[in-house]
Amino acid sequence: MEDGTDLSPSIAQIVQRLRGSHLHSQLERQAKDCLHRPEIKLESLKEDVRAFLKASGWEKRLQNAVYRELHVQLPQCHPTTPAEHLKEPLAYMRKAQASWEKRVLKSLNSMSTELGVPLARMRPAGEQKDLTNKWNEMGTDEPDLSRFRPVYAPKDFLEVLISLRNPNHDSSEDMTVKSHWGLIQVPLNVRDILQLRQAYSELNLNNGQLGIDDHAHVHPVVVEQDSAAAQQYSRRGCPTGLRSDLWALTLNSTNQPQDVMHYEQLKAGVIQHDLLVDYLIYKDVKLTASNDDYYFVFEDFLYQVMLCFSRDTAVLEHFKYNSATPPKSYIHGKVGNEEFAVLYPPNGVIPFHGFSMYVAPLCFLYNEPSKLYSVFRMMYIRYFFRLHSISSSPSGIVALCLQFERLLQAHLPQLFYHLRQIGAQPLRIAFKWMVRAFSGYLSTDQLLLLWDRILGYDSLEVVAVLAAAVFAFRAENLMEVASLASAEAVLADLSTLKVMPLIQIFLFATAI
Amino acid sequence: MSCSADHSESVDCTVKPPVFLQIGDAKGDSARSGVCVVDVTLPHGKPINIEKITFKNYYTAYVTIRLLRRKAENEGSAKWCTALSDLALMDNPHTEGGSQNYFSIHRRQMQVEPDHVESLRLILRQPSSAWRLFNLEEIRLFPHKEPAPVKEVSDWLSNLIVVKQPPDLEGLPDPQTVSSSIQQMWALTEVMQANRTTASIGRFDVDGCYDINLLSLT
Repeated sequence: MEDGTDLSPSIAQIVQRLRGSHLHSQLERQAKDCLHRPEIKLESLKEDVRAFLKASGWEKRLQNAVYRELHVQLPQCHPTTPAEHLKEPLAYMRKAQASWEKRVLKSLNSMSTELGVPLARMRPAGEQKDLTNKWNEMGTDEPDLSRFRPVYAPKDFLEVLISLRNPNHDSSEDMTVKSHWGLIQVPLNVRDILQLRQAYSELNLNNGQLGIDDHAHVHPVVVEQDSAAAQQYSRRGCPTGLRSDLWALTLNSTNQPQDVMHYEQLKAGVIQHDLLVDYLIYKDVKLTASNDDYYFVFEDFLYQVMLCFSRDTAVLEHFKYNSATPPKSYIHGKVGNEEFAVLYPPNGVIPFHGFSMYVAPLCFLYNEPSKLYSVFRMMYIRYFFRLHSISSSPSGIVALCLQFERLLQAHLPQLFYHLRQIGAQPLRIAFKWMVRAFSGYLSTDQLLLLWDRILGYDSLEVVAVLAAAVFAFRAENLMEVASLASAEAVLADLSTLKVMPLIQIFLFATAI
Repeated sequence: MSCSADHSESVDCTVKPPVFLQIGDAKGDSARSGVCVVDVTLPHGKPINIEKITFKNYYTAYVTIRLLRRKAENEGSAKWCTALSDLALMDNPHTEGGSQNYFSIHRRQMQVEPDHVESLRLILRQPSSAWRLFNLEEIRLFPHKEPAPVKEVSDWLSNLIVVKQPPDLEGLPDPQTVSSSIQQMWALTEVMQANRTTASIGRFDVDGCYDINLLSLT
């Protein structure tokens, strides 16, 4: 099906997205300014300007921008494919996602009605001034949160995933060796250990893994400012001192004046309007990050980032390739009038219990709010959204759960069988780890090493592999437990685990 | 992009219901067949030259396309030939990848020239027992069109009307400089229109108001 002309729609799409962007105007200005330089000759104008842009690093910036666009671009597909198919190709998954969303919206609506708190409210001038003054210490003056409860918790979502069925899938066969013992019953294609060994060859036991040393010198990758090279480098771990630069490069997240301005605009949005989801965010931070030994110091940062995130309409772009749909509403008294239709919250994402844990680890890397915000937003629209929406993507939570169960069944069948028998399905324990990409369960330095690989391999698969590796590591203890509660107890504390050796041994030392 | 083909451009054809091939006794349908044949016939006496075939997959793993065609219009007898053999639509017949995707098969991908085609036969295979049904949906045929000759766009822009006799100007600016500067401004606006940015402004309210009803459930 590969055709030489298949590239041109992709190229046209990228050009259209970059045209008119700040980078575009900077490039034009640079090209114009360089005309004064002596090495630019009229006869070879085009080549000379190109050579200048290359030498001064602007071509590299353009390459990085294109590289970023390729990551968020929709996969190449047939031109008459409808938009919903691009979000999610399988009809039954779209349906399941839509009915899950409806449940969440109903829950939010009833919370608003029961508590008498409007979904959105313009703050009076006095309140706006107060908030501006205490912007940097929002954690100190918390509102009364006792009446609020999270809209949903990961275990509610797990029940929905367990009930996912393909109506065309024939699962009438009796329990055999071939059948799947786990909870996920959809036949997605997930990679097995042999395929994972090939894909993650840089993690081979023969290769040293970085992340323990702190290099004082600036690595050439950072000097070159090359996104693709930074991504490749992350596969074997980032040195602590360089991690923030490397991640920002890989995500092509800049902190230029327009990014700072954008953040200030979001902050103004927070000051102006008070949203119901803000209370959900406060509650979530109080329940999770504030109770965590590693992250409680960042409480104020978390409010700043999460409240602004809710106001960011730029996040809406990612719904083109996310199976989820942003919730819609109308201005009072104008129901049904499309001119007064708005999305709620402005970024279309309703936070759930544990959401703030996606941001917390990043606080160790970035101390400037607008930079922290920019990196978090990129991480969300590239990876984290897949952890709480129903889709057939190989990095989606459904595929990760299935991969975890398949890896366990294939390589630790005795353990899996035993846990099943005692009513402790492994996924019920591992799900909460995977939904948060292990944030809050591992120690921070280990978590950041894991997230290095998520960025390096541009996939969340490594989260499923780690989950299976943890079970493999504690297999002996788990074989002796007799109930779900005791199994949970064995796996309650992961803070002492060393992530990379576990993954390496599981992938490369497991006997096939 | 040339692929903005409307449904209106596709040719009328009749897609017959799929016929599942059975071994031996047709009555015993205990074993599900993994092969079915879909015949697509064109209106009698109106053979077409195919540009492309598009369809939506529904759990078919492989498709073979056979064409009933003549060598040239109304010449000789129609013969069956294979245009495409075992094209894989799903990466793995047992799993979901590609199972509900949209596909397009261009004449360039076919082994023979799909000209003067009277009828198509699509042979669908799904060897996995994991699925209850398999089929192809929304099958459309698009006829081959000769590329239209490029029309000459009259270059009215460069045909400046030359003023034959300079009018009597007193205190008025020179018309040549005025017209050239207006032309420059026009060119600038054209450039700006072409460079329209896709960036949004970022407002989430309607004229400063964000007092909303409850969330819409539809």
